[in-house]
Amino acid sequence: MSAINTKILEEILNLYPEKTKKERALHIKIKESSDCSLCKVKSNVKSRPGVMTIRGCAYAGSKGVVWGPVKDIIHVSHGPIGCGQYSWWSRRNYSNGISGIDNFGTVHVTSDYHEKDIVFGGDKKLEQILRELKELFPLAKGISIQSECPVGLIGDDIESVCKKMSKELGIPIVPVRCEGFRGISQSLGHHIANDAIRDHVLGKGGVSKGSSPYDVNIIGDYNIGGDAWASRKILEDMGLNVIAQWTGDASLNELKIASKAKLNLIHCYRSMNYICRFMEENFGIPWIEFNFFGPTKIFESMRKIASYFDNKIKEQTEKKIEEYKKITDIIIEEYRPGLEGKKVMLYVGGLRPRHPIGAYEDLGMEVVGTGYEFAHNDDYERTYPEVNIGTIIYDDVTPYEFEEFTKVIKPDLVGSGIKEKYAFHKMGVPFRQMHSWDYSGPYHGVEGFGIFARDMDIAVNSPVWKLIRRKK
Amino acid sequence: MSIEIKDHNKLFKEEDYIRQFENKKAYEAPCSPEEVQKVLEWTKTKEYKEKNFARQAVTINPSKACQPLGAIYAALGFENTLPFVHGSQGCVAYFRSYFSRHFKEPVAAVSTSMTEDAAVYGGLSNMLEGLENAYSIYKPKMFAVSTTCMAEVIGDDLNAYIRTAKEKNRIPQDIPVPFAHTPSFVGSHIVGYDNMLKGILSLVKNKDIQNKKINIIPGFEPYPANIREIKRILNLMGIDNIILADTSSAFDSPVTGEYSIYNGGTSLSDLFSAINSKATVSLMKFSSTKTIEFIKKEWVQEALSVPYPIGIKNTDFLLETLSHISGKTIPDELENERGRLIDAMIDSQAYLHNKKVALVGDPDLLSGLIAFCLELGIRPKHILCTNGDKDFENDVLELLSTSHFGKDCNVYAGKDMWHLRSALFVEPCDLILGPSQAKFLVRDTGTPLVRVGFPIFDRHHLHRFPIIGYYGTLNLLTYIVNAFLEELDRNSINGPNFDLIR
Repeated sequence: MSAINTKILEEILNLYPEKTKKERALHIKIKESSDCSLCKVKSNVKSRPGVMTIRGCAYAGSKGVVWGPVKDIIHVSHGPIGCGQYSWWSRRNYSNGISGIDNFGTVHVTSDYHEKDIVFGGDKKLEQILRELKELFPLAKGISIQSECPVGLIGDDIESVCKKMSKELGIPIVPVRCEGFRGISQSLGHHIANDAIRDHVLGKGGVSKGSSPYDVNIIGDYNIGGDAWASRKILEDMGLNVIAQWTGDASLNELKIASKAKLNLIHCYRSMNYICRFMEENFGIPWIEFNFFGPTKIFESMRKIASYFDNKIKEQTEKKIEEYKKITDIIIEEYRPGLEGKKVMLYVGGLRPRHPIGAYEDLGMEVVGTGYEFAHNDDYERTYPEVNIGTIIYDDVTPYEFEEFTKVIKPDLVGSGIKEKYAFHKMGVPFRQMHSWDYSGPYHGVEGFGIFARDMDIAVNSPVWKLIRRKK
Repeated sequence: MSIEIKDHNKLFKEEDYIRQFENKKAYEAPCSPEEVQKVLEWTKTKEYKEKNFARQAVTINPSKACQPLGAIYAALGFENTLPFVHGSQGCVAYFRSYFSRHFKEPVAAVSTSMTEDAAVYGGLSNMLEGLENAYSIYKPKMFAVSTTCMAEVIGDDLNAYIRTAKEKNRIPQDIPVPFAHTPSFVGSHIVGYDNMLKGILSLVKNKDIQNKKINIIPGFEPYPANIREIKRILNLMGIDNIILADTSSAFDSPVTGEYSIYNGGTSLSDLFSAINSKATVSLMKFSSTKTIEFIKKEWVQEALSVPYPIGIKNTDFLLETLSHISGKTIPDELENERGRLIDAMIDSQAYLHNKKVALVGDPDLLSGLIAFCLELGIRPKHILCTNGDKDFENDVLELLSTSHFGKDCNVYAGKDMWHLRSALFVEPCDLILGPSQAKFLVRDTGTPLVRVGFPIFDRHHLHRFPIIGYYGTLNLLTYIVNAFLEELDRNSINGPNFDLIR
């Protein structure tokens, strides 16, 4: 049971001006009973100006999340210098290939807008950029244009430029209207990016290896620290063929041929449910959500996935579960004693505020607070059943609230992002980055669970926390 | 039973995964290995370099960031000052992340979270609500307002908006709210620093009686320890001083079990009395061009820039300048530090003489590094300054001309690290000095890298040690010479010359 209650919550919010207090109160609820209708938080609305938010923007959702990991095309950060610089290879979407030759994951390409481009428009410059890129990177399979704020404000017509240049250069060039002022968080950027793939790539040719009844896509796994590879391994062990990874270690070809799969398996629902719905409606491909964090959820998900296939797959799945369980039992035996009973607070994006809960529970830990940067109602609906009574749920939490909750709840571990990490360190609270896996990973899959357990142990049980001489 | 936890380095080299990667290729429609190899080799040629240098429009792997980043940096150097950015909120998330990755510290800054409606109607209501909210939550003594490109493109008027906020009593009348327009499509982070600092200093108008203090502008300084080092030097010389903007605590604060969004910084009373100081000395010319002009003109004060004090001559010049302005002598302690640095340079010079280096960074840092290289007999071969202008280029050419170790050096102002990649293939170097992103050049060209400057994301604690002054330069010398010694070991590990003594 968490130490927080509605009275304390109100006291914390009292700091805000009246209007902001009222608004913020709607975003924070404590789950008080198993009736989840009572714990509904407001979500997917604007952050209040002047109140520090952890959220990013549509560009971050498109370039940073969905498009960025596609490895064999070049992503142009179109606009001024900053956005591309700050998001350069920071999400750790691992991919194979030779950088700058047939893989562009670590190459940062920008149109570096200057004042004259703002005044006279950047379309001519974009044309020239595309020609230069084709010449310098002849093996690039395509180019995506990731729009930054000014592009939409000054009225550049990137769609026409892309259309014209795509013809001239003979490769797909995809305009993405993910200017940072669109929407209220990363979320609209995901949607816009999905739509751009739908309109310009999906189902448009591509080379496939033939087809089998076991062809599936992994959707919404960005291969952070190798996550998608660890997940793919399980699916292949079950006897399935993964024909496309969206978009961790993805090639343009995989984006094209995904429409040929028999089933879509979606990990990050928030960022890619759009394309799954589209493929369902237009190609008749069913989709299911799965969770490859920790043995309980992995085995549950494997059985759920297998249920869509024949007995051969089902039997193979059971055999593999038996094999994996031997490994995960050892991991639990090794790490659970040091982690048992520890309380965790999370604040992340996408799927992470709910998916790892099972993995923490496998290790005897309890998630006592969780929240999302850019979730919608449907994400929270998926979250309420996963948390215990007494858990506090906070949407678009402000650092002030997050720190105050931490003071009251006194968690043993906080999992959030780089902007939060060092504030919690100053408070003497063990912390793991749960966006980038704190430069570790993978956390997905069977091997990933071992790394996850080890990392949580490293954070919680370091002797260094005991050395802090706390101010009275 | 125990289990070995394999991390990504080990795990993905295992047979199961190698096979998985091979099988995955069937769905990737990859280029053939021959084709890839052919293009890879082609990118190393002179012909490719020419094509690469002929490009006019595209920028690839630049070494610069945008104005508001520098504005936030300047704001964080003042007591209880909240960096307040008018524009899209994603930018502020990026700035805070970028600083945290370098300094390993929390960074507080707020945004007015402008969205599509603000693009149509302007951002006044965002500004009003933003200031009111931020004042009640973060209780700053000062707001430092800057802008993102969104606010700049739609033409929001900061001066008028802030005046309105005070007229409408959204914030107290007497709270200082300096501001700077910091469009990201002009200049770089160092220009943003300059603009914001000038904006903050513009608050100060009432001149009293001149005192003997010297103001120091450290510039966009990625090493908090450098600011501590300049303060130590000033204390040793007995010079009363004011650091404008002192970020050393904001970017390097102790763990106490409590978190505060404000840490140290130049006090507001120091800020408001800085106009009475005898002179202002900037350690970074290109980070403070407008600010220095402002001080000369508006504060009617002696104001000058010295070359970034790395190496013997630059540090000599700094100390002589300080001595000259203050009338204080240079103490023996500093003279001894000078002797010890030279002693160390003599000990190490044999490993460094005639070595060729490529340098990447901000203009002021580069001018200091180049000077030090020339003192050691290191030959700068390629100098890349993405945010360098014609003035920078002229400065550097003049500096290089003072030594024959500066001959045949290529100065690339406004170019990027993809240019440098080509340059390194065609004219190789023994070492790169630069930020973390230069590690992609390590991978591509095999040239080792000593991390210096901003940002450094992938090595810890370098910012906690100074690289300026005689003492700081000793750290830098240590990093450079040991990098060469590491290379010697790496290259001789299976040979007879794996020496114990070097």
